[in-house]
Amino acid sequence: MNKTINQKAWFFVIPVFILVAFNAVVPLMTVVNYAFQDTFGNNVFMWEGTRWFKQILKSERFHAALGRQFLFTGIILLIQIPLGIAIALSMPKKGIGVPICLVLMSMPLLIPWNVVGAMWNIFALPEIGFLGHSLNDLGFDYNFTQQIGDAWFTTILMDVWHWTSLVVLLSYAGLQSIQPAYYQAAEIDGASKWAIFRYIELPKMKKVLTIAILLRFMDSFMIYTEPFVLTGGGPGNATAFLSIDLVKMALGQFDLGPAAAMSLIYFFIVLLVCWVFYNLMMRNEEQK
Amino acid sequence: MRKFKWLVPTVYILFLMLPIYWLLNMSFKTTTEIINTYSLWPQKFTFENYITIFTDSTWYTGYLNSIYYVVMNTILSVAVALPAAYAFSRYKFLGDKHLFFWLLTNRMAPPAVFALPFFQFYSSINLFDTHIAVALSHCLFNIPLAVWILEGFISAVPKELDETAYVDGYSFWRFFVRIFIPTIVAGIGITMFFCFMFSWVELLLAKTLTAVAAKPIAATMTRTASTSGYELGLLAAAGSLTIIPGAIVIYFVRNYIAKGFALGRV
Repeated sequence: MNKTINQKAWFFVIPVFILVAFNAVVPLMTVVNYAFQDTFGNNVFMWEGTRWFKQILKSERFHAALGRQFLFTGIILLIQIPLGIAIALSMPKKGIGVPICLVLMSMPLLIPWNVVGAMWNIFALPEIGFLGHSLNDLGFDYNFTQQIGDAWFTTILMDVWHWTSLVVLLSYAGLQSIQPAYYQAAEIDGASKWAIFRYIELPKMKKVLTIAILLRFMDSFMIYTEPFVLTGGGPGNATAFLSIDLVKMALGQFDLGPAAAMSLIYFFIVLLVCWVFYNLMMRNEEQK
Repeated sequence: MRKFKWLVPTVYILFLMLPIYWLLNMSFKTTTEIINTYSLWPQKFTFENYITIFTDSTWYTGYLNSIYYVVMNTILSVAVALPAAYAFSRYKFLGDKHLFFWLLTNRMAPPAVFALPFFQFYSSINLFDTHIAVALSHCLFNIPLAVWILEGFISAVPKELDETAYVDGYSFWRFFVRIFIPTIVAGIGITMFFCFMFSWVELLLAKTLTAVAAKPIAATMTRTASTSGYELGLLAAAGSLTIIPGAIVIYFVRNYIAKGFALGRV
């Protein structure tokens, strides 16, 4: 769409700007403050320069948490995006089935995150949970509170349960926007199912899929509440993702300097990845 | 192949419903039954857990607090995001792209990073433990999201609509309220749904910014769990009740979801 140049449009944006800046600027500056200084309370600060940053970047603990985070985000993206597309493709296109599917599928998205964690905790516990009990009955030695593999399996399954619907909803919206004429043309040409998917459906879903990947990347990279309630980061540190490790450091041990430095590095990584995605998305839009 | 297509969504929905069923199942059992016997449905069906929640004010005020700040946040976010999204969609202005990306960066900020500074900031401006504090802090991620979704919906409306209205002698605000908002009402519905959703499910900031007066239900649950041992039945009942507001909201926007998702080309 060709846009008109109009500097007065700023007046429309000012309320948003003020409200978001109110929340973003002061707290971010507080973090920056802590990241470069040391404090013994009472507002006495000593300049530390980049010491905390060097300490964090060299620490084994940070490397391990970052590695776990990337592994987790990678796995859930690989599962949720294809699964979401597959489910959206097989959903009914009209009739009573549509609202039923949409309403039931949106359910997990509207459950508070700590309830999701608690729900999966009692669902997966070996003695009293359906999942844990059934798996043990089937002969698996399953106990997510003690075995690392099981803890990862449960955390990933929980995230798939919780968030795949978002990908489904977005993909479905993309599919719904395809005019019937495209399908009719494909039918006349005798296109195969795969060709229809590859050359009609996928390109039409490109925009919503970029949004889905972006949202899923951001949210899984910031994941805190669900694994915290489900496993508490354990067994050991096996499921202590970046946010969990960060809160442990900041509020548990009160190492404010290193925690603030870690926050900034963490935020920077998310920004970097999202910036790449955002530019890809914008280029997609300009091509149209 | 085509015949069995319905199987995929059905199996998926069954998978989604299983943990929810388990939570409901637990909520109708007593804690002793939960710990001592394993059964697929309650042996001794009891409403005790729910009665406790509805008669104990520390429990039910938690629900009211949550709903209060979520509604405040949803209205605030959509009200300010609507003109901004219009501006981003229709006009070019100095720094528009940078501003849009800066807004999105706030959606990307991990709440864990902001928890402690938020606590200090809101305490220093005397808003700690108020509903407005939580509603305002949730604007951090909900306003960028609202702008983003609405911008998509507004861009799908052809610009000729605006121009025709001006030719017909509409003033800007009259056009905006009378013609434009009804045109994108489905988009507004979807946006409100998303804002409600993200504010309702967020806990870390809500918990950090409240103590007693505005404590959300989710925080009541975690604190009760840690102080009075492990009241599993009560916890399950409280958890089940947190699903209800979400279910109601989905029910109300169900036509908007179906229509809105199709029309909006998000």
